[in-house]
Amino acid sequence: MTPRQKRMALVLGIVAGVSVAAWLGMQAFRANVMFFFDPTQIAAGEAPTGERFRLGGMVEKGSVEKTEGTLDIKFLVTDYKHTVRVKYSGILPDLFREGQGVVAHGRMQNGTFVADEILAKHDEKYMPPEVARSLKDNPPPPAPAGT
Amino acid sequence: MIPELGHFALILALVLAGAQTFFGIFGAARGDARWQAVVRPAVAGQFVLVSTAIGALVHAFVTFDFSVLYVASNSNSALPTFYRVAALWGAHEGSLLLWAWILAVWTLAVAIASRNLPASFASRVMGVLGFVSFGFLLFTVATSNPFERIIPAPADGRDLNPVLQDPALAIHPPLLYMGYVGLSVAFAFACAAMLEGKLDQVWARWTRPWTTMAWAFLGVGIALGSWWAYYELGWGGYWFWDPVENASFMPWLVATALIHSLAATEKRGVFKSWTLLLAILAFSLSLLGTFLVRSGVLTSVHSFAADPTRGLFILAFLIIVIGGALSLYAWRAPQLRSPAGFEGTAREAFLLYNNIFLVVAAAMVLIGTLAPLIADAVGAAPLSVGAPYFDKLFPMLMLPLGALVAIGIHAAWKRGQLGNNRARILIGLGVALLAGLVLVYGVYGVGKPLTPIGMVLGIWIILSSLFDPVDRLRRRLTLPRAIIGMTLAHIGLGVGLVAISTVESYSVERDAAIAPGETLALGRYAYRFDSIKEIEGPNYDGVRAVVTVLRDGAPVATLHPEQRNYWVQRSTLTEAGIASRWNLDMFVALSKNVGGGRWSVRAQLRPLLDWVWLSAALMALGAVFAVTDRRYRVRASASEPAGETTSEPKMAQGSAAAEAT
Repeated sequence: MTPRQKRMALVLGIVAGVSVAAWLGMQAFRANVMFFFDPTQIAAGEAPTGERFRLGGMVEKGSVEKTEGTLDIKFLVTDYKHTVRVKYSGILPDLFREGQGVVAHGRMQNGTFVADEILAKHDEKYMPPEVARSLKDNPPPPAPAGT
Repeated sequence: MIPELGHFALILALVLAGAQTFFGIFGAARGDARWQAVVRPAVAGQFVLVSTAIGALVHAFVTFDFSVLYVASNSNSALPTFYRVAALWGAHEGSLLLWAWILAVWTLAVAIASRNLPASFASRVMGVLGFVSFGFLLFTVATSNPFERIIPAPADGRDLNPVLQDPALAIHPPLLYMGYVGLSVAFAFACAAMLEGKLDQVWARWTRPWTTMAWAFLGVGIALGSWWAYYELGWGGYWFWDPVENASFMPWLVATALIHSLAATEKRGVFKSWTLLLAILAFSLSLLGTFLVRSGVLTSVHSFAADPTRGLFILAFLIIVIGGALSLYAWRAPQLRSPAGFEGTAREAFLLYNNIFLVVAAAMVLIGTLAPLIADAVGAAPLSVGAPYFDKLFPMLMLPLGALVAIGIHAAWKRGQLGNNRARILIGLGVALLAGLVLVYGVYGVGKPLTPIGMVLGIWIILSSLFDPVDRLRRRLTLPRAIIGMTLAHIGLGVGLVAISTVESYSVERDAAIAPGETLALGRYAYRFDSIKEIEGPNYDGVRAVVTVLRDGAPVATLHPEQRNYWVQRSTLTEAGIASRWNLDMFVALSKNVGGGRWSVRAQLRPLLDWVWLSAALMALGAVFAVTDRRYRVRASASEPAGETTSEPKMAQGSAAAEAT
């Protein structure tokens, strides 16, 4: 091969390599994108069945049920219009609390959201942005006295 | 009074930065030596002033001056002295001040070290650095004044975020910033070369040590952050592909490409415009990282600012800097020629492949990091890109790169002449195959499909890098520091590949609820929960457990995980219990009391985890050797010893001298 042909081969090789990388990248991207849904969207049946997604909202006050001596927990996530029952077994983040924002990863199974990961905020002020937006559309009702 | 002094010093520094920019760039453009003479004093003055400002803030922290809003928000009378100083960069305003101060330090170093460079070139470099400094100081003064008062002063402060109260985290930001900001020097050198319209091999030689140092700081900063996340965030991973981690990793990937491309430019005069582009790209990604982390568009422990004007300011600054540099590039780059040709297996070609893989990897990380933001900006459905995206793609780029490194080390400049080194390549591969497969299938057992590949490649890279230095020693030839440095850094890469392949495949993890006296089995190991008691620290209380790790029934380590409640911020923090052996990390984190006398715990075994940090340390050590190489210490002067690149520097030096007079 002449040097010119060699260079062409090199360039073609690089182009082919980058194309393959881009294609693989697209595949991996599509397979691993997770969409966000709030309880209202889930109630409207917009959330996918069988696929993993992110659920966000507030942990409803008084809804946390723990099975004593195990890692199992059930609670309700609310956007003050609708609620979703969440089931989880594992370690909870330090800042997981009733009445605070939460984001869970998982999928719907028989009307319950089975979470495999629970994220909570890093500090008192932080609110997951999707949750903040979802709550802006659904403002919380004024807290009744005494709670 | 002292805080006002600091504020005033900051404003003066801003003015000086403006002067430094103007006289630096236009002084060189007009060839006016008197204008250029303003630049160095301006740099020195700026350093003194920003140091005064940072000193004033440290003083406010140490003396509990809660009338300063920033101090009141990030400190507390119960906070130990060490963390009162570290609290300086515990939030947005202070970390910007730290950014500005580190830039002043780098610029001062450039001012001192550039005395032997052509005056107009040095003046332009400092002018560009002055512009970056101007932008950051303006940002600080206009939107994020750390000296703002709060009247009346609160009785006590709101305390430093407890997760930041940790030695590794106290030094992680300064080191990371040394890296981020250090890339501005490479950027300034690139802009100065484009303004001059001249880029030769001697330019690459000036730029290399600065870039290598910045790269090393960035690497160590990232590694410290990862180490901190491992033991402080409590849940036992060392890399989460978190947007903030990605923000620091992207400039590192591009800087790695840049130091390799600079090598080819210095030695062979090739890839000139590509090197410039990489220098612009690396610093742009640093700025983007600062923007992502500090503007509040990402929400994590790092994003302090929720003020949209700040985000807009950084975005505008980003556009001016990147846009300006790229326009300059579009104007000047076509004039640059890289005359020397090379073959597809020459060292230049391997460096090019290295660059392609690293830049594609950086692009892949960028896409994964920005996709949620872009989806958000265009009003699409909110989405997030999970770690599996990165976990899947990254090895596909890094493993071929590893093979190219193992082979490319043997390639000669211009003509690869790999045939001459066929024996070395094959012996290396053979030994690596044997050792890797024994390690995988003999010691650790079948893991993930990519594990044996990563293991073999890692060992192969280590062996490949050793051939040349060992050969030189045997033949009693000199071993220049540049070669020692390169060898150490490549060994670091090999060690990293081996470590990551092992950790990713053979870690064991179990979450469980156990009561004192019970044992949790984990492979050949078992974690015995012995006892738990209450503890009290300087600004927190909590519980500490005693956990004994047993191997085949015999105790090998005792762990003390804690659960702390910090009083002021009322936050709970998990302090993991970790015992490190040379080949294994034993980890346990204590979570909540789940009732019935049981506690939820997370137990992990991570083989070779410490080797991940060792890898970063080796790369940094390699960088130290490389930048202290003889050819950088002996400044390009008449007495320079004969070397591969002497003819070019002398010519350039001559023309520079003519220009300076």
